[in-house]
Amino acid sequence: MTNLTIGKAINAGLRAAMEHDPKVLVMGEDVGRLGGVFRVTDGLHKDFGADRVIDTPLAESGIVGTAIGMALRGYRPVVEIQFDGFFFPAANQTFTQLAKMRRRSAGALSVPLVMRIPYGGGIGAVEHHSESPESYFLHTAGLRVISVANAVDAYWMIQQAIRSEDPVIFLEPKRRYYEKAEVDTEASIAEAAPMGAARVARPGTDVTLLAYGPMVKTALQAAEADTEHSIEVIDLRSLAPVDYPTVVESVKRTGRLVVAHEATLTGGPGAEIAARITEECFYHLESPVIRVAAFDTPYPQSRLEEYYLPDLDRVLDGVDRAFAY
Amino acid sequence: MSDTTVHEEPELIQLLTPEGELTGHPDYPLEITADEIRDLYRDLVLVRRFDGEAVSLQRQGELGLWASLLGQEAAQIGSGRALRGTDMAFPSYREHGVAWCRGVEPKELLGMFRGVTNGGWDPHEHGFHLYTIVIGSQALHATGYAMGVQRDGAVGEDGTAVITYFGDGATSQGDTNEAFNFASVNNAPVVFFCQNNQWAISEPLERQARVPIYKRASGFGFPGLRVDGNDVLAVLAVTRAALDNAREGNGPTLVEAFTYRMGAHTTNDDPTRYRNAAELDEWKAKDPILRVRRYLENNGLADEEFFASVDAEADALGEKVRTQCRSLPDPEPLDIFHEVYAEPNVHIDRQRAEYADYLASFEAEGVR
Ligand SMILES: Cc1ncc(C[n+]2csc(CCOP(=O)(O)OP(=O)(O)O)c2C)c(N)n1
Repeated sequence: MTNLTIGKAINAGLRAAMEHDPKVLVMGEDVGRLGGVFRVTDGLHKDFGADRVIDTPLAESGIVGTAIGMALRGYRPVVEIQFDGFFFPAANQTFTQLAKMRRRSAGALSVPLVMRIPYGGGIGAVEHHSESPESYFLHTAGLRVISVANAVDAYWMIQQAIRSEDPVIFLEPKRRYYEKAEVDTEASIAEAAPMGAARVARPGTDVTLLAYGPMVKTALQAAEADTEHSIEVIDLRSLAPVDYPTVVESVKRTGRLVVAHEATLTGGPGAEIAARITEECFYHLESPVIRVAAFDTPYPQSRLEEYYLPDLDRVLDGVDRAFAY
Repeated sequence: MSDTTVHEEPELIQLLTPEGELTGHPDYPLEITADEIRDLYRDLVLVRRFDGEAVSLQRQGELGLWASLLGQEAAQIGSGRALRGTDMAFPSYREHGVAWCRGVEPKELLGMFRGVTNGGWDPHEHGFHLYTIVIGSQALHATGYAMGVQRDGAVGEDGTAVITYFGDGATSQGDTNEAFNFASVNNAPVVFFCQNNQWAISEPLERQARVPIYKRASGFGFPGLRVDGNDVLAVLAVTRAALDNAREGNGPTLVEAFTYRMGAHTTNDDPTRYRNAAELDEWKAKDPILRVRRYLENNGLADEEFFASVDAEADALGEKVRTQCRSLPDPEPLDIFHEVYAEPNVHIDRQRAEYADYLASFEAEGVR
């Protein structure tokens, strides 16, 4: 067992993947000597060299586009997008090329590329450094989308993402980078939870509270704080595809579902999950599926983010709304 | 091709040496009075003080972040003072010296870094667009704006010119290269002003380009110049010439101001992880303020009293910046919903109303 932060767990996972497979490459802005602005790639450049830890020019479309090419040549690039808001210059490569290559080639081509993105708010940053762009990825067929919430999952799922033949968008909850957990780095990857399985993070009987990434901690705090209701917290872990069987099983037991995320409300992951759960659990539901999300406004200046981001109170308010029916 | 090509200084336009000797340049003559040089000196000292004060304010927790201009004062004041009132500038996020020249109040700049605004000034009032954080985007905006200027017929001696600022790292972005091409094929009245401060966070110039940046312009079909970015007189002369050329209808110019970022990339950055102290010392000898001071002193154009009065003014500015920063009011929670759309929007109205009720429920309970 090793006590690791989420950031260090991803670092250790990258290291393990690079040791396991010489085709694994790390690419991005400042990932080399600096070790990334969040130090997630710290030490890799020193130990694996500049050919495997590539400091790229400052160009996101270039990073993703060339990584696609390297993947087509048999490498397994793990690209770092420095901040969520800087993914957008690479949107074209991601949506029109990366996501569709397998289908277009009738299965002849794979693009085993992992795109790591520190995402989400709550760190007091200037604009474009706090966004939650997950809905754009969910809407695009051909991509897998993972968002981890603790160091154990971070360690294993980055390795599973790298081994996947599909392109994986690996969303890292930046405000939780420093959260610690005991990680059994000696265990085998086969025994670790498969990437994509949701997890009951806290069992309960009255209402299911669904969260992923940075909101899982808030959801657990809400479950703790609410002494009136027994809240079951599910950590979704994978946003594409969603592990519906786990969610459906829980909702059928509790009869209520609250989905909490930092992405904006309209067209957010909660909208999709609410629609699906309504279809699958209609006769089990005691209330409509409630969404607790960011407002449909641009991410505000940092002095307002505590009001913008769903916090403990807003999650509890969502739970109360579910019981108002 | 060796890695050093990109640093070559063969065509570095310089008017004032680091030792403070006025050499002049045959292609870029500058008619300037001693008064004007003293004013430039004053600008340089004041923006350095403003910048240093902002760094301290960040250290004291008053600002979330600051991107320091230390070392780049001459590039910014020289180019900023070359602009005319009707010209329009499109900055990135470090152009505090240009903002100063455009009359943007320090507190307006601080607001963005303090997290109380997302911009904070009226770009049309100042001829200075909002700071742009996504690297390279503003080069296209400037080019499009310049194409508008062209359509308005605002060319000629009294015409409008447009300038856009970006770093060496930004020259790697597609947007920047697309801007070069749009400007070129449209003959747009725009000056691309690259402050090559040698680093893009931890990435040295060699990771961005294998040919000197100013040379890239020729591939797009317009002139590129490399000026000593620590020489305020040279920057002034070269930028003025490029702007005049643009306003007279002769199209774009790329100006590469060869300079150095003396501080960290931002207050979040730790440059000791990627660059050595010797490099810093080398550039300290080329300090943009020191050389103007030496020139003024050596030629008896300014006495102790003058330098003392500028320092006193800088102290006063520092004081003002500190008070202004601390007194910037926090925005109201419901500001989140302001200015999202120009037209009334029922969707936003509803979210605002619901949130107002929610916040009021805490007040009713007396908890927030
Ligand atoms: C599209 C995009 N990618 C990444 C970043 C993160 N970032 C901010 S500044 C910077 C380096 C910029 O270097 P340069 O263009 O040389 O300008 P300088 O800061 O040196 O003035 C990076 C990578 C960003 N702001 N925008």
